[in-house]
Amino acid sequence: MNQPLEGLREVAAARAVAPQLHGHAAGGPQSPIRKFLVERGNSHLADRAFFWLMAICAGSIFAIVGFIFYQLITRSQLSIHKFGVKFFFQTGWDPVNEHFGAWPFVYGTLVSSFLGLLIAVPLALGVAVFLTEMCPRRLRQPLSFLTELLAAIPSVVYGLWAIFVLVPILRNDLDPALQKYLGWTGLFSGPIFGVGMLAAGIILAIMILPIISSLTRDVMMSVPQSQREAVLALGATRWEMIRTGVLRNARIGIVGSVILGLGRALGETMAVTMVIGNRPEISRSLLAPGYSMASVLANEFSEASDDMYLSALIEIGLALFLVTIIVNALARLLVWAVTRGAPARVSA
Amino acid sequence: MGVAIQVRDLNAWYGDNHTLHDVTINIPPNSATALIGPSGCGKSTFVRCLNRMHETAPGARVEGTVLVGEDDIYAFASPVGVRRRIGMVFQKPNPFPTMSIYDNVASGLKLNGFRNRKLTDEAVERSLRQSALWDEVKDDLKKKSGASLSGGQQQRLCIARALAVDPEVLLMDEPASALDPISTAKIEDLIFQLKSEYTIVIVTHNMQQAARVAENTGFFLMGNLVEFDATTKIFTNPRDKRTEDYITGRFG
Amino acid sequence: MSGRRTASRAMRMNSHFRAAANHLATGAAIASTVIVIAPLLAIFGYLLYKGASSLNWAFFTQPPKPIGETGGGMANAIAGSGLILAIASSIGIPVGISAGIYLAEFSRGRMIGHAVRFTADVLNGVPSIVMGISVYALIVLKQKHFSAWSGGVALGIMMVPTVTRTTEEMLLMVPNVVREAALGLGISRWRSVLSVSLRTALPGVITGCMLAFARVAGETAPLLFTAFGNEFWNMNPAQPTAALPLQIFNYAISPYDDWHRLAWAGALVLITLILISVSLVRYVANRGVLKGAS
Repeated sequence: MNQPLEGLREVAAARAVAPQLHGHAAGGPQSPIRKFLVERGNSHLADRAFFWLMAICAGSIFAIVGFIFYQLITRSQLSIHKFGVKFFFQTGWDPVNEHFGAWPFVYGTLVSSFLGLLIAVPLALGVAVFLTEMCPRRLRQPLSFLTELLAAIPSVVYGLWAIFVLVPILRNDLDPALQKYLGWTGLFSGPIFGVGMLAAGIILAIMILPIISSLTRDVMMSVPQSQREAVLALGATRWEMIRTGVLRNARIGIVGSVILGLGRALGETMAVTMVIGNRPEISRSLLAPGYSMASVLANEFSEASDDMYLSALIEIGLALFLVTIIVNALARLLVWAVTRGAPARVSA
Repeated sequence: MGVAIQVRDLNAWYGDNHTLHDVTINIPPNSATALIGPSGCGKSTFVRCLNRMHETAPGARVEGTVLVGEDDIYAFASPVGVRRRIGMVFQKPNPFPTMSIYDNVASGLKLNGFRNRKLTDEAVERSLRQSALWDEVKDDLKKKSGASLSGGQQQRLCIARALAVDPEVLLMDEPASALDPISTAKIEDLIFQLKSEYTIVIVTHNMQQAARVAENTGFFLMGNLVEFDATTKIFTNPRDKRTEDYITGRFG
Repeated sequence: MSGRRTASRAMRMNSHFRAAANHLATGAAIASTVIVIAPLLAIFGYLLYKGASSLNWAFFTQPPKPIGETGGGMANAIAGSGLILAIASSIGIPVGISAGIYLAEFSRGRMIGHAVRFTADVLNGVPSIVMGISVYALIVLKQKHFSAWSGGVALGIMMVPTVTRTTEEMLLMVPNVVREAALGLGISRWRSVLSVSLRTALPGVITGCMLAFARVAGETAPLLFTAFGNEFWNMNPAQPTAALPLQIFNYAISPYDDWHRLAWAGALVLITLILISVSLVRYVANRGVLKGAS
């Protein structure tokens, strides 16, 4: 017989006698506890009901989107029938004579949003690169906390600050300087009000910056460390490592976060309304007042007296809804492709 | 108080993966039965079939008969009632993190709707004594959380929790593998004392443990029950060559 | 001979160039961070400065005085916001938590779960003014008057996607072995989800709700044509009701200095509320949602 077997045999023999039990058995052939548990149903019905209740609540998310779409489409029928798609490309906003052309608003939304992106994207990338790759460990937490805070400030507070701080700075200092030195471009002509497209672009930039930055950070952090190390091992400087090892791998996701920022900018209402000047005109100058789709809704919706007016406004709302949905869906897909569906950040 | 378990032609799948083949075994009541075998041999899957936990995995399927006492547990539509009669202790101690020690032990009663305060108190004390934890925690029952105990204590807490519902069978899936040797010894002592009251099935990769605590032992290999016999017989004179190879350490 | 010297000189110049580029990039990154942090500090500092002087007891207890009189406060707006947010929470939180439970406990890995999650994220990006318009069409047009109810509904449906996602995230952090323990004891599914999974994840779930609450507390656009606002005290949910962000907006664009002063104070109150919520969320997230669960 082999050695190990003998050892086991001895061990098996040693446990021949059971020591005394502590406590006592739970009473007779069937204790009250056993009886209770055996007689109790299996709550199948309750479980099914619970499941369906949870599922209905989850389904409500689809219902909400559907409800919004339904309301917008049915209530804009009047305007759609009268003006068709030309609605978005013609000018002239005349409620009295029932002529509605939404082009100035579309133009304003696009210009202010892209201006905002132009300012925000380089800065957001810079912040993301700094926080992810360069920042000393101790500073990382407080700084990222601060950017999260920036994302949480309500639009109306940004607008308030913009009216009383940003606009005077523009009116008194920045706009005249731009007009003086860059006036030859034709982008900075005309009377200076302070409010206008440039103000809207700047405040939008401040507002979308945190979201672009934090998403870019997420995307950059999901690039595996091995990529960075591989590039460093080839003798690259830190910037070269960031450029080829991280940014290149993450570029799809970064594009996604930029598009998400665009989506946010397109729909931003309060702050833009407070500084864009609210004049439905188109001008090449960035210093001129303008109007955006969200702003005209904010300003004129509660005053819309007749059905056609309301319908035209709702048609603008419908366009805003569809565009932001498409832009956001695209952006989420791109970000997801890089981070592989890691749970979204808990921030706004 | 424990009941016999009779298994006939049990087959189990994870999706297309056929993990148990035609397992037939009679587990005697009021005893401890050990199941040994190399990793992936299906012993854990088998034990999880005994309380219908296997079917919670996505794509899992079971065929065959499992009689616990006189009832075929797969004849019921819902597994919930079955699981109330059969207690399970898992490899990694898993007390409920937000509950006190008392609430943890009583959870099988309270969360199943049992309202009798006095009987619950008695059950908690009884099962904590049975799992040799009473003296260590009796002053902090409601003050300390289940998760604040040490690893060995947590596992004994899980045993108490399983015992509080007065089960007929106690299943243990490698209960001491995550614990230090002293805690392991305590758990083995426990099993030794409990087996005269309950039918215990213990999965273990530790052959010495099987030899120490179990009257009968089953050897699993690649989803088949190769041999099932009295522990002394398995370890001294096994019938099948594969069993002998495993026991002597030719493969692990 | 000279070829080798030229080559090594070229290499040195190249490495100088690369080093310079590296420093430039670092500088640009640091500069961006400073440019970003500066407005935040500027805004908050300015808020503190302008708003703090107007924050007195009257601010929190009195409604605005008629134009021309100084003093008064935004008590009606604060109370109105409270009413509207209470209505919103009673819709948004239960529905959101339930949807989150569905995602984490009943549809893990399945297609339908991905669809719900994706739709919730997309819904989060819909401009809040569009929400307001839809609720206007649904409720205000039919009832022919503005009300706190409609405002609450608009904010409530805005809360749903956020609460859903945070609840799901927190529930996913509950270790599966805990669920198995509950299953093994024969506890029914609904009891196990509520008394074990949800209870374990509760601190995180609550802070997620707080985050959603703070987010909609600052929203103005959806209230513009639902709750509409009110100059006077009103706690009747079927009537137009004042709300803090709405009032701030109206005062900010008004020509009266006194109202501007009140707007700053209101903004300070709003931003403090949000600051506290964001900090709490961070604190809970860092401490770990599950005390002691390994």
